[in-house]
Amino acid sequence: MENKRKAVGQPVRKKDAMQLLLGKPAYVEDVTPSDVLVVKVLRSPHAHALIEEIKIDTALKVPGIVAVYTYKDVPQKRFTMAGQTYPEPSPYDRLLLDQRVRFVGDAVAIIAGEDEKAVDKAMKRIRVTYKVLEPVLDMHTAKDNPILVHPEDNWKSLCPVGADNRRNLCASDVDSHGDVDAVMADCDEIVEHTWRVQPAQQAMMETFRTYTEMDRYGRLHVISSTQIVFHCRRIIANALDIPKSRVRVEKPRIGGGFGAKQTVVAEVYPAFVTWKTGRAARMIYTRRECQIAGSPRHEMEVHVKLGASRAGKIRAMDVYTLSNTGAFGEHGPTTVGLSGHKSIPLYTGGLEAHRFSYDVVYTNLQASGAYRGYGATQGLFAVESAVNELAERLHMDPIALREKNIVREGMMMPAYFGEKANACALDRCITHCKELFRWDEKAPVRDMGNGKVRTAGLALAMQGSCISNLDVGSATMKLGDEGFYNLIIGAADMGTGCDTILAQMAAECMECPVEEIEVFGADTDASPYDSGSYASSTTYLTGRAVEMACEELKNNMCQIAAGMMNCEVSDVEFTGDGVRRLDGSGFVSRFDIATKSMLNNAIAAQTTATHCSPVSPPPYMVGMVEIELDKETGKVDIIDYAAVVDCGTVINPNLARVQTEGGIVQGIGMTLYEGVTYQPDGHISENSLMQYKIPTRLDMGKLRVEFEESYEPTGPFGAKSIGEIVINTPAPAIAHAIYKITGVWHRRLPITPEKILMSMEQKKSGSGE
Amino acid sequence: MEITMTLNGKSITASIEPDMLLLDFVRSRGCLSVKRGCETANCGLCTVLMDGVPVLSCSTLAARAAGHEVYTLEGLQDEAADFAVFVADQGAEQCGFCNPGFVMNTIALLRENPDPTDEEIKAYLAGNLCRCSGYEGQLRGIRAYLDQKKEKEG
Repeated sequence: MENKRKAVGQPVRKKDAMQLLLGKPAYVEDVTPSDVLVVKVLRSPHAHALIEEIKIDTALKVPGIVAVYTYKDVPQKRFTMAGQTYPEPSPYDRLLLDQRVRFVGDAVAIIAGEDEKAVDKAMKRIRVTYKVLEPVLDMHTAKDNPILVHPEDNWKSLCPVGADNRRNLCASDVDSHGDVDAVMADCDEIVEHTWRVQPAQQAMMETFRTYTEMDRYGRLHVISSTQIVFHCRRIIANALDIPKSRVRVEKPRIGGGFGAKQTVVAEVYPAFVTWKTGRAARMIYTRRECQIAGSPRHEMEVHVKLGASRAGKIRAMDVYTLSNTGAFGEHGPTTVGLSGHKSIPLYTGGLEAHRFSYDVVYTNLQASGAYRGYGATQGLFAVESAVNELAERLHMDPIALREKNIVREGMMMPAYFGEKANACALDRCITHCKELFRWDEKAPVRDMGNGKVRTAGLALAMQGSCISNLDVGSATMKLGDEGFYNLIIGAADMGTGCDTILAQMAAECMECPVEEIEVFGADTDASPYDSGSYASSTTYLTGRAVEMACEELKNNMCQIAAGMMNCEVSDVEFTGDGVRRLDGSGFVSRFDIATKSMLNNAIAAQTTATHCSPVSPPPYMVGMVEIELDKETGKVDIIDYAAVVDCGTVINPNLARVQTEGGIVQGIGMTLYEGVTYQPDGHISENSLMQYKIPTRLDMGKLRVEFEESYEPTGPFGAKSIGEIVINTPAPAIAHAIYKITGVWHRRLPITPEKILMSMEQKKSGSGE
Repeated sequence: MEITMTLNGKSITASIEPDMLLLDFVRSRGCLSVKRGCETANCGLCTVLMDGVPVLSCSTLAARAAGHEVYTLEGLQDEAADFAVFVADQGAEQCGFCNPGFVMNTIALLRENPDPTDEEIKAYLAGNLCRCSGYEGQLRGIRAYLDQKKEKEG
């Protein structure tokens, strides 16, 4: 079957590739007018304060200033900025502007003016008197702290996620299977520690940005760099307290998202200005704003207690995650779930019992959000590190230990909502990667004789494909003049190439070249409903919708053709270039069917299909890294990184490969350098790309990615997902290798040269880890 | 103040504020390929060629370009397309936001050193950040371009 495919599985060039490479106008700032109101936000210098007085009269006198808005001017209904399906699990805890400011960078006033200089000048003239309050900055003492981040009465949690604003709790839960305590008591070996992942930044190259105008129907037209046009429409309407029908949201090309743009970060401010003034407006976040008032990864501390037999059978796992959602709860109740649900099931093999519990707390720090990996990254750093530590303790090869315990195809996964592993090539990924990487040669610790030492580490990963029983993917297929097709989607291509891979699927279904599928996305007025591009869902969910829409369109085209040939629809079949009579007595071309569809015709030549999945099939992955550690400086160089991924059927090998390479490098950055440190007053030190160091091309050694396909029966052409899983292996794999050289397990990211050097010094002087 | 410069081969005269950045100036003249990714001269997205030399237009005053010859990607489409198709064949453009800066600097590299090693490519382009691709695909693309060029030239 595979060999027959013409479009699926091919390294098709991305539909927008040359436009982007040649710098054609494609992004918000390129495709919207520039002579519009400039919108900026005055931000709080305090982590926690009440605005006692705010004077804007002198600011309003600056020539060119059109409006200055404060908390007195905005609707008083709370909402969430999290791009999630309604009713959102994230609490309704925000106002557009609030009298209480909750982190350094929180919005205090919105300023709109004719040009940037006027706006900057006016911003300096706003006089705010704050009553500075003591902040909650330490997530360990946030729960049940007498200082409340959200003491307000109109705070609201829409879903039963265990949230309680009177306890600084954004969510909490316990899930278990079997008697964890009894099994644990019977185990020969226990590994128990806490691992911490920092609130790393997506650092997509295009910052948050939005253009808004009143359109010819008097509606609010929003053009934004967003992954979630439909959620964005709802959230803007909620923030402005206006009917959803008054808002239209579309996205042009997006300069990277990685989850950051699954939260409505910038949109509400210009939207409010345009709604109030009737004038077009634009807000472009600075890099600094992205760093201090964006939507980074949730800081999590994951406590793992792992019990195993002496023979290396992993029998019990007890995971507790403390997650810091910051000042607002965007994605707080959901990211935390993945820290257990997408780490523990890797060891379904011999696991007799597990428990997973968590608390998500509010603090007076930057609000967190969605970032590629979405909690699984944090959980896997902990669980994979624990398993590596178990291997070292048992003096067992970490691969052999994995092979004894991993999930395999056909297994039921109690820690993964009781789902069955329909498609799982994790075992093959391990064997494949071991050979590709030459693990046996690279695993030993090798002194290079120049103060530098090399060795290798490894980690496994899993993720999901969509949010089961919840999110919705849709696609519309439309036959056009001369027989080309439009594919219209509501999912957002943020550079990942979903426009192209969905077109490949459509081309495969319609038996035509990919070039004959023209893709459009995404616009809330024009696209069929789609939850949006997040949760590793587009290939899997929207892809199925594409398949279904194509099937329906083929049927309709057969009906039109049967009418043209004066026969029954059961007498004809679709051939790609047209429809033929089964007995060979007639044929009409796609060109002619298209013409007929627009002339004296009442059969739809366009179809829309919608899909939702009862399961979320995990992709699986293995990552192996060879590092070189400089014992003089503590610096770690990545020499070689090999990864083998099971994402089901690979729809486009080029794009799947580049996704994987990009995710690995992002993961390496998070592991080794991307620090986020708060000063005692709550200011973030790394507020530019000068301090927040993301990997450059000099930081990368060899990078090799290959695939082991499985076939997921519920996915389009057997596909699962790829977008998120790829960021998960670097942290545990690199920490593993560093341990083998230094004898110290680093459990707090990032693992900087300073930390490595200090730990080696301490080890030498005998003061332990 | 009034400045005169050559932008993409055309002589232009414009009245500007003395503190206007070259980045904002070229964008205001329709050169929308030039992108801003940071405010601290760290990302390389705003790279343009001034008298053939790559400069960061975010940290160059427009006034400094007076009397000079500035090229943005708009003016070098054919030269860029020559090797960019090979990057496209790797799928390494991804979100594309860093592409113009990366492409401009690659043009400068290839003019200066038509046959660079992988290490030379990495070093020359080190200032061009990309968050999507992990850089490998960009390197494969340039390498593929150089290989076919060599083959053609025999």
